[in-house]
Order: sequence, then structure tokens, then C-alpha cells
Amino acid sequence: MSPTADAAARDLVRDALARVAPGPDLDALADTDDVRDVLELDSLDFLRFVEHLVAVSGVRVDEDDYPQLRTVADAGAFLAAAGAV
Amino acid sequence: MPSLGADMDEGTVVEWSVAPGDEVHRGDLIAAVETEKSVIDVECFEDGVVEALLVPVGAKVAVGTPLAVIGTDGAPAPSAPSAPSVPAEVPAPDGPPLPRATPPVRRFAERLGVDTGDLAGTGPHGTVTHADVRAATRPAPAASPAGGRLRVTPYARRLAAERGTPVEDLHPGTADGVVRGRDVPAAPPAPSAPRAATRAGADGMRAAIAARMTRSLTIPQYHVDAVLEVGAALDRLRELNRRAAVSARIVPAALFLHAVARAARRVPELNGHWVDGAPVPATSVDVGVVVSLRGGGLLVPTIPAADELALPDLMTALREVVERARAGRLRSSDTADAGLTVSDLGDTGGHAVHGRIFPPQVALVGLGAVVARPWADGDLLGVRPTVTTTLTGDHRATDGVVGGRFLHAVDDVLHDLEEWS
Repeated sequence: MSPTADAAARDLVRDALARVAPGPDLDALADTDDVRDVLELDSLDFLRFVEHLVAVSGVRVDEDDYPQLRTVADAGAFLAAAGAV
Repeated sequence: MPSLGADMDEGTVVEWSVAPGDEVHRGDLIAAVETEKSVIDVECFEDGVVEALLVPVGAKVAVGTPLAVIGTDGAPAPSAPSAPSVPAEVPAPDGPPLPRATPPVRRFAERLGVDTGDLAGTGPHGTVTHADVRAATRPAPAASPAGGRLRVTPYARRLAAERGTPVEDLHPGTADGVVRGRDVPAAPPAPSAPRAATRAGADGMRAAIAARMTRSLTIPQYHVDAVLEVGAALDRLRELNRRAAVSARIVPAALFLHAVARAARRVPELNGHWVDGAPVPATSVDVGVVVSLRGGGLLVPTIPAADELALPDLMTALREVVERARAGRLRSSDTADAGLTVSDLGDTGGHAVHGRIFPPQVALVGLGAVVARPWADGDLLGVRPTVTTTLTGDHRATDGVVGGRFLHAVDDVLHDLEEWS
């Protein structure tokens, strides 16, 4: 994966997170932080995050894929591998 | 002024969404009311035509005060809950008077989302008249946002300022082209989204929680716990979700809520209120759901008749009510009195919660995180997902054995496929 594609995928992830949990915690979130822990997302928040992610990327995300969305870096890699960017 | 919660005595009208002459229907959002905890959208109780708004924006009135007159088939009737008092005294809005327009004109302008300060008055001494206000609204910019100025109610302006949303970016949510509070995005996706804005009512909310929990302390309460094995239930949920679009997926929290609502139907002693030294059973299973807010505090909206909803419908109801709570825009129907309350810590929270009852209710159900634990199945030991479910009961109304029966019923529902529909 090229560095540009990687950065673009992470931007998509952060855009989706911003729809659910905007604020200083998101600004301070490192690419390798666990998004649910740091942003205190409950299951409904996480579902909305996945919904936005699907909407902006067009990638299919099943429940079994949720573990691959644990961090911004993981989720970016998932999207890139699925051909979103 | 409807009662928007058991602990509400008065409320302030911060916005009208209708004006005299408007046709309204049951369930329409007609006004926004500020309580000590939050702002709530008030729904209309009936179909008809608005004949008069009795309470101006900014006025704080007691619960029971008629807010507006809605004519149904020519017979005017107050839309507010029937109150013995006549709306004779309506307190004037707070704040210094604006000398450029008379109070009726100002109210007229506020209703139409016009700021009289922006208008050139044509009346005596340059005062703003009804005609000036009407003229200002005439360009009706709804269709062409480029021309004419956007009409924004003062309350929506305040919200937009608090949330850092430029007024030009707002879009009216209704056909009349007026931007109201609920049209202001809950939280802008900007990096600088001010957390302080969502805390505007935080002090009042904290005080309300403090008062209610302190009152709860005077109630003799018992606790019972059960660790429920949920492996098969979660497998089945996963199977349902595998075939579903993201928006139709059901989270475990909704399944547990469903089980609690159905269990409350089976054990009705725990669904109701304690009033004047006696239990008063509820006639339907209206479940309060504790929603913790980003940045602190909580709201407890109610899902009415939750036991009658099929699981997918309950999921939708839960999503919507949680979103409204987190956006700070509950509706009056969300504030119905609950017969019991559920506190779900969610899957990133603690393993068990032993909550306190919300008076005058007689029970509170606590759900911990889903945790993998060693589990004996017959003589075999395995590792299974489990949830620690707790029940806090009012010992004046019931005994621990009833609480135990309730937790058993929750377990039953989770394992009874017929209960899933």
C-alpha cells in the first residue's frame, strides 16, 4: 500500500469518527489508539461509526470485520485492502 | 406546559415552531421547552389549527399552564394538559426591553425568526411595526438560499453560536423556511467542537441527578445478581446481523433491553411506582433507559410499551432515543413516566452495576459488560460470554425472591426463540 493511499484511508476513518465523536479526544487520538476506549464509544456509537465508514468508503463491513477496526491505522489498512482508496 | 419528567415543576418556552393559523397534527413538534436538565421538543397532542400562542418565548411557566389554543373542528380547546388554572397571568419574558418594537411586535418577530434589531422601523419614532416584520419575511428564502436573508429563531442563533456553527450554514428543516433549534447540527465535525457547549445544562442536570439519588437513599433497597450465559443468544444475533445492512443490525444492548421488557411483563410487581405508602402497578411496560452523555451527566428517556415492540423495532427505538438524548433534543413523548429503568454499562464498561432506584419507581435493572467467563455446562467446563445482570428492588414493594424471579425471566427470554419476535 502506498503512503498516500494509507493516509487517505486514515482520513476516511477519522471523518467517520468525527461524525460520531467530534472533539478534543478525537484530535488527540493516535493512529494506534483503541478508538472505542479512547473515544468512549458504546455499541450504538460504534454502529454509527461503521455506518458512516460504509457510506464514505463504499466498502462492505460485516460484524466479523469489527475487530479489524480497532484503531485508525487498522481501519485504514482494512479500507485500503478492500479497495476503498 | 406538559410535565416532561417526574421531577419537573416548570419550564421555559425557548421556541415556537408554529404560528396562529397553522394546521397541526398529533405528534408534530410545536415548541421547544427548556427544563432544568435539557431542552425538550414538545409534540402536539391533537389535530387542529393553532388559534393562539398563550406563552411567549422566554417565559417560564408552571406545569399545567396552557401553552396554546388549538381549534379542533371549530371548537377551541387548550392543547396543553388540562389545567385548572386559567392562563390569566403570563410572566413577561426576562431580559431588558427592546425599545424599538412593542412586545406584541417583538413576539410576532421572534415567532417568524426575525430580529427586530435588524429592521428599519417605519412606525412612529422609527419603531418596528407588524408590517415591517411581515415585509422582512416576504422574500421567503427557502427556495433560493442565495437571495434574501435566512430566517433563524433567536434560540437557533444562540445554539449555533454555542456550537460554533456559522448561521449561513444552517438549513431550515421545515417548509416555512425558518431555521429552528433542532435544525442546528448537534455537534459540528470541526476539530474545535466546544465540549463546553454540550455542558450548558450540565449544572442543572447534575443537580437533578443529585436530588433524585438523594431521595432514592431514603428508600430501603435490596440487590440480587445473576450471571447469565449469553453465548447462544449472541450467536443467534450475529446470524441475524450477518444478513442485515449496517443500519438494520441489532446490538446486544437492544437484545438485553428486549429481555428486560418481556421479563417485566412476566413479573409485573417490579414495574410500577410506590405512591403514598402503596405500590401502584404500571399498566404498560414503559422502560427508562439510562443514557450517559459525552462530557458527563445522564438522561433517562423512556421507551413506551417496550415489551410490545419486536426486537428490530426496539433496536430502532433505542437508537433514536439515544441519539436524541445525546443531541440534547428529547421529545415530550420520550419523557413519559417509566415503570422501571435499565442501566446498561455497555461493552466497554464495568462488569456489574448495582444502581439505585429512580423514585417513585420500584426497580432498577443493571446490565454489565459481556465478559468471557468459565462456565459449567453439566459436568463440562467451557468458556462462554456472560452478562452480570442485577436487580435493585424497593423492599417496601417487593422482596428479594421477586427480584430473583425477574432475573430468571430475563434469562428465559434470552434463551426462548419465540420471545425474539
